[in-house]
Amino acid sequence: MDSHTIAAQTAETAQLEHEHPSFLHHHFENLAQQREASTFGMWLFLLTEIMFFGGMFCAYLIFRNWYYSAFVAGSHTLHIWAGTLNTTVLIISSFTMAMAVHAAEVRHRVPLLRWMMVTILLGVGFLCIKGYEWHDEWVNHHVPGLNFSIEEFTHVNPAYPGDKPLAPDMAERTQIYYSLYFLMTGMHALHMIIGVSILTILLIKARGGAFTNGHIAPVENFGLYWHFVDIVWIFLFPLLYLISRHQ
Amino acid sequence: MSTSVSLPDQSTARLPKVSYLNKEYGLKSWLLTKDHKRIAIMYLLGTTFFFCIGGAMAALIRLQLLTPYGDLLAADTYNKVFSAHGLIMVFFFLVPVAPAVLGNFLIPLMIGARDVAFPRINLFSWYLFMTGGCIEVCMLVFGGVDTGWTFTTPLSTHFLNTQVVAAAMGIFVAGFSSILTGLNFIVTIHRMRAPGMTWFRLPLFIWSYYATSVIFVLATPVIAIALALVMLERVIGIGVFDPRMGGDPLLFQHLFWFYSHPAVYVMILPGMGIISEVVACFCRKRVFGYTAVAFSSVAIGVFSFFVWAHHMFIMGISNYSALVFSLMTMLVAVPSAIKIFNWSATMYKGSISFDTPMLYTLGFIGLFTIGGLTGVFLASLGMDIHLTETYFVVAHFHYVMVGGMVSALMAGLHFWWPKITGRMYPESLGRVAAIILFMGFNLTFFPQFILGYLGMPRRYWAYPPEFQALNVLSSAGATVLAIGYLLPICYFIWSLKYGKIAGSNPWQAAGLEWQVQSPPLTENFEQTPIVTHEAYDYEWLANQTRNEVPTVG
Repeated sequence: MDSHTIAAQTAETAQLEHEHPSFLHHHFENLAQQREASTFGMWLFLLTEIMFFGGMFCAYLIFRNWYYSAFVAGSHTLHIWAGTLNTTVLIISSFTMAMAVHAAEVRHRVPLLRWMMVTILLGVGFLCIKGYEWHDEWVNHHVPGLNFSIEEFTHVNPAYPGDKPLAPDMAERTQIYYSLYFLMTGMHALHMIIGVSILTILLIKARGGAFTNGHIAPVENFGLYWHFVDIVWIFLFPLLYLISRHQ
Repeated sequence: MSTSVSLPDQSTARLPKVSYLNKEYGLKSWLLTKDHKRIAIMYLLGTTFFFCIGGAMAALIRLQLLTPYGDLLAADTYNKVFSAHGLIMVFFFLVPVAPAVLGNFLIPLMIGARDVAFPRINLFSWYLFMTGGCIEVCMLVFGGVDTGWTFTTPLSTHFLNTQVVAAAMGIFVAGFSSILTGLNFIVTIHRMRAPGMTWFRLPLFIWSYYATSVIFVLATPVIAIALALVMLERVIGIGVFDPRMGGDPLLFQHLFWFYSHPAVYVMILPGMGIISEVVACFCRKRVFGYTAVAFSSVAIGVFSFFVWAHHMFIMGISNYSALVFSLMTMLVAVPSAIKIFNWSATMYKGSISFDTPMLYTLGFIGLFTIGGLTGVFLASLGMDIHLTETYFVVAHFHYVMVGGMVSALMAGLHFWWPKITGRMYPESLGRVAAIILFMGFNLTFFPQFILGYLGMPRRYWAYPPEFQALNVLSSAGATVLAIGYLLPICYFIWSLKYGKIAGSNPWQAAGLEWQVQSPPLTENFEQTPIVTHEAYDYEWLANQTRNEVPTVG
């Protein structure tokens, strides 16, 4: 960066600090304070989200220890290709979101819109694949409480001939695995739906030029949220899909 | 009895022409306001409403227990009444009242900010709170719930046919209001402090509220997921808490108390913040050991996350974890004692005046000490097996939450009432109410310690006749206590129109909030204040000529 750009940037920052642009809320002293406050608030919010998911991960940890063979049997009925595909989709969507934030930072409206659009599509794609999996599990009577049969688990899974069939009481325990599976993927999907909805609103606002005027905090903070939801999935995928796949 | 109040000349005193109260009029200007002070007032109205419902339930409980074979309520109605009392009082009064009312009003004023960091989220959390409260009230109207406030599984999930889902839903929704309030406060305290307001110039009130907010942010999501699981268990039977499917009812207890024990400190930490302010002001002295008091708030907040299993000593947790949790619980007594000693040391050689807030404060110190010490009894494993699930526990947590927290809240409301409304409450009536509250409270709950020690179980609708004398004493005390609550409600309302005009700083206090007009402007400070002194610098304050906040520009 040569001295010219630095000088230009300093002048710009100084200008922003003294002016009161429309997006500076009345109770903040300056833009820096507003931006710091909103980013800090977002990180705190993500902390509460960690605690929220933490309760479920804690339950998962306990029950997986107690009923390991039931968890293995449950895990082996999931479509590993769907899980892998979804993981890929989400990681790519995190990349596109990061690119969207970058586009907002350098104030390029069209790339911003484009990256946001791709992120939305990837998010919807994830939900479609997840929906397909849930439908499959419903058809196979794997939904505890509503539609569950232990039949499949008292026999050897043909895809995993090495597995032993479960004793009837352990086969009952597979319900715990599925409860946690639906709970955790369900909560994750809920976060995805909320994320896609918010991103759609941001997209509409961005079309009017909202985030390419230096006011990038909403896009930046949404990016944090999106990455967080992504990371939750990065944990869910091995914990739910990859139990004892090497055997 | 000396007094420290210095009102302006009442023949010429006028309320400020423009303030947050009269800037705009009409219901809409309140319901859509983003002003933290107006939101605080709305919280005050909401929590007072829920307090009245919870209080009515308490009255029914005490009436029922007047006679050994409870002639007033049927057994299952009694279960619903004490559950309603617990749910409403804990989740819709004690948890929100001090943070959301006094915290909302005072935090921006004390740190020299124009508002909290996220005013819109602040308003949203009020609506969440009221929505949760309305769900809870509807739940009561449509049959109530008889789980107690703890939703203990498998009772709540498999053996009851009452409105458990609605009750859990109400708390679930209100929980998000707590999370957002906590989040707002933390960001406000970190990012909105006025120039010169360093961490160690902050009033201790802010330190307490900071610790409270951390608990809100970290603990509340856990009860949200615990209650969501209870609802799912009831509606579709997911089995996580169902032993028949391999689930574990004790897991619920862990998740529930992981929130609910820290929540107990949510109910006391703000009170400690209020007491620090009042003690300093009415002893005209800096709080003794400022740093120790500040860090003891943080320590209580941190310890609160490592003591939850002391609610489960008799529920089959392992002996070793019981030992560790017992030890951790006793450790909480250390920071609590630091506070009590430091307040006492502040009073030592202070020039104490016994105005109403100070009387409530003295009441708090006495009642909280008893409540806290009996907590140490309950933390000892052997004692706990004898005392748990008896009235001893009931008396213990009422001493802390009602005797402690409500006394502190009353101290705070009286102390800041002139700032909130611009008018004084009637001082002599205030003192009478403070004394009535203290006497009534002890009369109500001290007999319950004895009852519990003799073995009277809690939550029962009837009891053996030999316990009647102490129960009658307790019920009689409850009527005195009720007067202690109703009297302030009446004279606070009276004072809105007829109270003496207070002026900006009737207590001659040093905090930043006292340096602006009462009631304050919507934007709090005309110009951003620059802070050059600590909140308790009463020697600095004695120099009246410099007693004005320098402003920018």
